[in-house]
Amino acid sequence: MLRLEQIVKKYPTGDHALRGVDLEVPEHQVMALIGPSGAGKSTLIRCINRLVEPTSGRIWLKDLEMVSLNARELRRARRRIGMIFQEYALVERLTVMENVLSGRLGYVGFWQSWFRRFPQTDIDHAFMLLDRVGLAEFADKRADALSGGQRQRVGIARALIQQPDLLLVDEPTASLDPKTSRQIMRLITELARERNLAVIINIHDVPLAQMFAQRIVGLRQGTLVYDGTPEGLTADRLTDIYGEENWEGQFKAEEDLSTEEQAQIADARRFDPVV
Amino acid sequence: MSIKAPSTRGWRPPPLISDPRLRWLIIIGVVVYLYFALSSVNINVERLIRGLDRGSRMFAGFLQPDFTTRWRDIQAGLIESLTMTVVSTVIGIIISIPIGFGAARNMAPMPIYLFCRGLITISRTFQEVIIAIVFVVMFGFGPLAGVLTLSFATIGFLAKLLAEDIEEIDAAQVEATRTTGASWLQTVTYGVLPQVSPRLVGLSIYRFDINLRESAIVGVVGAGGIGATLQTAFTRYDFDIASAILIIIIVLVMITELISSYIRRRLQ
Amino acid sequence: MPVSLEQDRRVWQRYDRATVLKRWAWWIVATIVVLGCWQIISGATRWEFVADAPQQLAQLVVRAFPPRWDYMSELWKPLWDTVNIATLGTLVGLIIAFPVAFLAARNTTPHPVIRIIALLIIVVSRSVNSLIWALMLVALIGPGLLAGIIAIGLRSIGFLGKLFYEAIEETSIEPIEAIASTGASRFQVLTYAYLPQVLPAFTGVTVFRWDINIRESTVLGLVGAGGLGIALNSSINSLQWDRAGMIFVVIFVMVLISEWISARVRKAII
Repeated sequence: MLRLEQIVKKYPTGDHALRGVDLEVPEHQVMALIGPSGAGKSTLIRCINRLVEPTSGRIWLKDLEMVSLNARELRRARRRIGMIFQEYALVERLTVMENVLSGRLGYVGFWQSWFRRFPQTDIDHAFMLLDRVGLAEFADKRADALSGGQRQRVGIARALIQQPDLLLVDEPTASLDPKTSRQIMRLITELARERNLAVIINIHDVPLAQMFAQRIVGLRQGTLVYDGTPEGLTADRLTDIYGEENWEGQFKAEEDLSTEEQAQIADARRFDPVV
Repeated sequence: MSIKAPSTRGWRPPPLISDPRLRWLIIIGVVVYLYFALSSVNINVERLIRGLDRGSRMFAGFLQPDFTTRWRDIQAGLIESLTMTVVSTVIGIIISIPIGFGAARNMAPMPIYLFCRGLITISRTFQEVIIAIVFVVMFGFGPLAGVLTLSFATIGFLAKLLAEDIEEIDAAQVEATRTTGASWLQTVTYGVLPQVSPRLVGLSIYRFDINLRESAIVGVVGAGGIGATLQTAFTRYDFDIASAILIIIIVLVMITELISSYIRRRLQ
Repeated sequence: MPVSLEQDRRVWQRYDRATVLKRWAWWIVATIVVLGCWQIISGATRWEFVADAPQQLAQLVVRAFPPRWDYMSELWKPLWDTVNIATLGTLVGLIIAFPVAFLAARNTTPHPVIRIIALLIIVVSRSVNSLIWALMLVALIGPGLLAGIIAIGLRSIGFLGKLFYEAIEETSIEPIEAIASTGASRFQVLTYAYLPQVLPAFTGVTVFRWDINIRESTVLGLVGAGGLGIALNSSINSLQWDRAGMIFVVIFVMVLISEWISARVRKAII
C-alpha cells in the first residue's frame, strides 16, 4: 500500500530530521508513530504527501511514486491521501459544511468551488459523514463556533470525504482532554476500518497509541528504533525511543478501563487480513 | 555612589534613555535643531498684521457661507469629486487584491514579490498631488487623471495592508486546504481569502473615506473635482464661497465616516 | 435555510434563495452605480488626449531622465524647509492635540459639552486636507514657511487628537482607581495614572504622523506654502522636467529615510 525507501530530510538550517527511513504500511492497518519531540514524526508524515519535500528517497503509494510527481500529478495524488491535523486546521470563517466540502476541492473546478456548486453526490456524502461523526445539525455553523472535539470531528469528515486510500493523522489529540481524545481516536480507527484505510497516526500519548493501534513504530532522531506490536512495547523499548526514565505506571492505563471499553479496544485493534 | 552609607538615600525617577551620553546628545541635538529650524522661518510681521485684518474678513465670510452665487460650479465640482471617489476606490480595490497577494512573502515567488513591493513603495512615497501632476501631463486635464491618481494611491495603501495581513494568516488552514489536492487558486479562495476578507472589506471602506478627502485636492493641479473651484475662491478672496465649499466637504466626510463606521461595525 | 430536503435528499447551498437574490440585487445596484459614475468621468474626459498618453509618458521619461544632478545644489534649502515644515508642524499639532484629546476622551473630559466641542475640533481638522489648510493660510498670512507649518499643524490636530483620545479611552481602570484612592488630585491622577499608560501610544502616533507630514509637506509649495513644492512648481511651469525629475528623486529618498526613522522609533517604543 505505502512504501517508504530511504527517506532523508535535511532542512536548509542543517537539521537532519530524517536519516534514511524505510517503512511499509499494508492496506487497512492502523499504525501509530511515536517518539520524542523533534524526532521527525511530523516531518515524516508531511513527506508522504510532500507538504515537506524529502531531500532524497522514494515513496510508493501503491504503484505511484510520489517524489517524482510534478505539481499537477501531485495534486491528483494528494486527493488519495487524507490528512487530519493537530490544531484541526479548519478554515475558521467558513461553515462546517464548507469545511467538509473543501475535501472535494481536488475533484471540482475552480468556478464550481467558488460558487459552492458541489455535485449532489458530494453533498450526500458530506451529510452521511456529518451524521456519522454526530454533527449533522451543525452543518451551517461557522467552524470557529465549535468546541475542540467538534472541530476535530469536522477535520475527520473533511479528510474522509476525499475518499482516500491513506489517512495521515498528525497529533490528533494533542489539544484535547483525555475523554475527547479517546472518542476521537476511536472514531478515527472505526472509520478507518469501515473504509479499509491504511492509517498513520503521529501521537505523543503512548498508552493511547497502544490502545488503538495495531502496530507501533518508534522514531528517534530521524531513525526507526522500534517496529512491532503494542504489547511488545516494554519499558526497555520505551527507553530506546525516549531515553532513560522510570516507565513504571505507564502501562496501568489499560488495566483501569472497564471490560466494555477493553472489548471495544480489542475490537478496534483487530487486524483483519481479509481484503 | 558614596562609600559611607548615609542615613537617607536619595531617589530620582530613572531617566527615559539610560545611556547619559546618548541622552545628552539627543537633548542638545533637539535644541540645536529647533534653534536653526525656527530661525529659518523668517516671519514677516507687517504681512502678519495685514493678515490679521484679512483674518477678520475671512472669519466674517465663514460665518456667512455663500452657497448660491457659484452653486453651478460647486455642484459640478462636488459631483465630479464623488464620482471620482467611487470609481477610483473600485478600480483601486480590484488592482490591490492581486498586488497584495504578490507582495506577501508567503504567497509569491521572489521576482513577483519585489515587483509588487516596488510598486507599493512608489505609490506610498509620492503624495497624491505629485502623482496627479504626472497623470495630468499624460492624460490631460480632467477627472480621469484624478481617478487614476486616487486608484494608484489606493493600491499603495490597500495592497500593503492586505499583504501584511496575508503574511500573518494561520498557515495550518492553508496547508489543510492544500492537502485535499486543491489547485493554487482554490487554496487561495478557501484557505486564505476567508481569513483576510473581513479586514479587506473594512480597509476598502476606510480607503473610500480617504479618497473622498483626497478628491478635494487633486483639482488644485487640474485633476478634476471640487479642488479647482475651492482654489479659485481662495485666490479671489471669496471667503464666503470657500466657506460654503469647506462646509460641504466637512459634512460629506462626516456622513461617509458615519456610514462606513456603521458598516464596519456590522461586519464584525 | 441553506440545508433543505428535496425528495428525501438533503440539499445544501451556501445561501438560501432569499439571500442569494438579495446578494445579486446588491451586486447589480453597485455595478450600476459604478458604471454611472464612470459615465460621468468619461463624459468629462477628452479621449483624444488620453489616446496619446503613451507618447506623453515617453516624452516625459525622455525629458526627466537623467535627472539634473547639479540642480541638487539649489535644492538643499527647500529640502531643509520641507523637513522643518513637517517637524515644526507636527510639534504645533502635538501641542494643541494633547489637551484636546484629554478633553475629548469620555473618561477624562470635564464636561459633556466640552467633549462635543473637542470632538468637533478633531472632526473639522481631519476633514480638511493639509493642502486646503495651506490654501487658506496663504490667502490669510501670505506665502511662506509659516503658512505651511500652521497648515500641517492644523491637519495634525485631528489625526493626533483622534488616535490620542482613543488611546486614553482604552486605558485600564485599575491603576487609575488605585492612584485616585490615595487622595491624589485630578491633575495628579492624570500624570501618575493616565500618562504612563498612554505615553508610548502617543509617541508612536506622533512619529507616525511626522512621517506622513514629511510626505504632505512636499506638495504645500504648489500653493505657495514653502518647501520643495515651490521648486517643483516652477520647474514644471517652465517645463524643465529634468529638474522635476531631480526633485522626485530627492522626495523619494527623503520619504524612505523618514519612513525608516519612524519605523525604528516605533519599534524601540514597543
